[in-house]
Amino acid sequence: MLKSLGPLLAAACLMVSAAGAEAQEVRAAVLRVDYPSLLPISRYDLRTEDLAFAGAALADEDNNTTGRFMGQTYETVTVATAPETAAEEMRALLEDGIRYVVLDARAGEVTALSDMAAEAGALVFNVRAPEVALRGEACRANLLHIAPSVAMQADAVAQFAIWKQWKRWLLVSGSNPEDRALAEAYRRAARKFGATIVEEREFEDTGGARRTDSGHVLVQRQLPTFLQGTEAHDVVIAADATDYFAAYLPYHLWTPRPVMGSAGLRPVTIHAAHEAWGATQFQNRFEELTRRHVQEEDYNSWLALRVLGEAVTRTSSADPQVVEEYILSDAFELAAFKGQKVTFRQWNGQLRQPILLYDDRITVSVSPQEGFLHQRSPLDTLGLDAPETDCTAFQ
Amino acid sequence: MKHLMLSATLCMAATGAFAGKAFVSNERGNTITVVDTETWEVLDEFAGGNRPRGITLSPDGSLLYVCASDDDTVRVFDTETYEELYTLPSGPDPELFVIHPSGSPLYIANEDDNLVTVTDTADHTILAEVPVGVEPEGMAISPDSNWVVNTSETTNMAHFIDTSDYEIKHNILVDQRPRYAEYLDDGTRLFVSSEIGGTVSVIDVAEDGTPTLRQKIGFEVPGVLPEWLQPVGVKAKSDGSRIFVALGPANRVAVIDGASLEVVDYIMVGQRVWQMAFTPGEEYLVTTNGNSNDITVIDVAAEKAIKSIQVGQQPWGVAITPD
Repeated sequence: MLKSLGPLLAAACLMVSAAGAEAQEVRAAVLRVDYPSLLPISRYDLRTEDLAFAGAALADEDNNTTGRFMGQTYETVTVATAPETAAEEMRALLEDGIRYVVLDARAGEVTALSDMAAEAGALVFNVRAPEVALRGEACRANLLHIAPSVAMQADAVAQFAIWKQWKRWLLVSGSNPEDRALAEAYRRAARKFGATIVEEREFEDTGGARRTDSGHVLVQRQLPTFLQGTEAHDVVIAADATDYFAAYLPYHLWTPRPVMGSAGLRPVTIHAAHEAWGATQFQNRFEELTRRHVQEEDYNSWLALRVLGEAVTRTSSADPQVVEEYILSDAFELAAFKGQKVTFRQWNGQLRQPILLYDDRITVSVSPQEGFLHQRSPLDTLGLDAPETDCTAFQ
Repeated sequence: MKHLMLSATLCMAATGAFAGKAFVSNERGNTITVVDTETWEVLDEFAGGNRPRGITLSPDGSLLYVCASDDDTVRVFDTETYEELYTLPSGPDPELFVIHPSGSPLYIANEDDNLVTVTDTADHTILAEVPVGVEPEGMAISPDSNWVVNTSETTNMAHFIDTSDYEIKHNILVDQRPRYAEYLDDGTRLFVSSEIGGTVSVIDVAEDGTPTLRQKIGFEVPGVLPEWLQPVGVKAKSDGSRIFVALGPANRVAVIDGASLEVVDYIMVGQRVWQMAFTPGEEYLVTTNGNSNDITVIDVAAEKAIKSIQVGQQPWGVAITPD
């Protein structure tokens, strides 16, 4: 499945170029790996066919509008693939001369596909995989992370809990490896910000109840008893990266407490009700183009291509080496409807950005929270800081 | 038209007898608050359409123009009776505009459509639509009226539109999210604020209108995170000696020396300060404070805030009647 995104602005080069530079054509791709998966707990979380692609279409429009004044054109192709054919698709893109790939895949594919891209001198933007290891020992010099790490997500939640003085946590996690990695990020966040995990419980993934057959009846009996007799706590922290139980937690606890993490108050990069800092304009443009609400992977891929566009605008170059060098330099900054500029961590290629705390209806708060300070930027209170990193690829 | 001319004449006759008025657009309250600029009392509040933001006056002060962003129109009010007289075609989502010194046309930034719409205020027709960068916002007109400047928030440029043929002749890249543009009265210099970049770009303008980026001015306030220093509204004194910059969530207005281009002071005002306007003679500068729902009056000579006045919900823009 290969199709061209957005209108090709053929007339673009006719415009007076502000930079006076020769015309540049910036070709990029969104490569999305679709995994066999169970239905989500909520229909709201069904993955749309144009997920991530729609954000790229908007980014092409935005970049081409700016490009008209710079003598630059942007064209992004989109490819959806099964995991088995992902390498083949990546090879085809690289052979086609594409040197910028927005990659929407899980960690296993991210490293392998990034290495393929590296051989061709191509730059990869990770818009999905949240694993800390990808930003640590498994980092790659040609791999930039737009998606926040689980450490950033956990720290965003932890700061809010501390700000609320909800320092006694009951950590409820899933039994899959991704759930356990997320739980570990919350343990680390608790240590980092001075919360106490008074008790942990693991809710085993045994296949779950079928929602279409009134699964809630069973859940309503199971969950409260599972959460009976815990130590006194202020808040329940849910670590369910595989989406099989956390959504049920808020009204099925034994002790009534707020839920944060994988349900209740969730850390997200965007949601369709986010309006602050001019985001209404982003939502309007996205909805006019796609006739649907924005999802995180759309925003992430839009942001990846805007990072690329901004670097091309400022350097007047479409060379991946020049572009990456600029992205990782102190000069790079970008407005992303988050109230402050987003920039990159030079030690591991991770985008610094505020994290929205979302209750499935509104932005409840935004982390970093007031009072969490850092000598470089408050954004570096979220996730792994330079002294903690295991990444050496950028040195 | 007869009716219009009549009401304009009446107003001109009456202006001498009345004190000045500040009109404040309340973005969330959907109202316009009227404040007496001598007593600083609220005189009235009237419906301003949905999401009123940009606000300006006809040169004689008789007509009030309001960008009703969510109504996709410019609403026109009588500044004495506060009656809505008619609407003007504006293109979708008008946010900010600037009026030609003659009273027509209006140059309107259409935030959602990457356009500047030029609207004749007498004929109520659209004269031109100029494609600009992504999320156009700031609008300024050069004192000789030869150029209209638009800033685009996501493209990060100031576009220089030639008013004779509506073509963009120059583009200047500035820092992230440019919000506002302000010419010096002698036309030699232009200031563009970048909200997320945290800077004001100083652009020198040659006699033929050609712009050159001269420098960028940054801000620093002890005890305030740099991320909160977000320049929005800019106003320059007519002699160019002082430039005032509203710093958004830093709740301060920076005072820049026009000669050295250095920040000399910060004046505390209300929360999330957006836009500003001088009273005639530049005795006072009025700021809109979006989060504290008030306006602050700054004594320009003393460079001190002297008073805050509660207005409607989320005040956005302010326009003050001429003498």
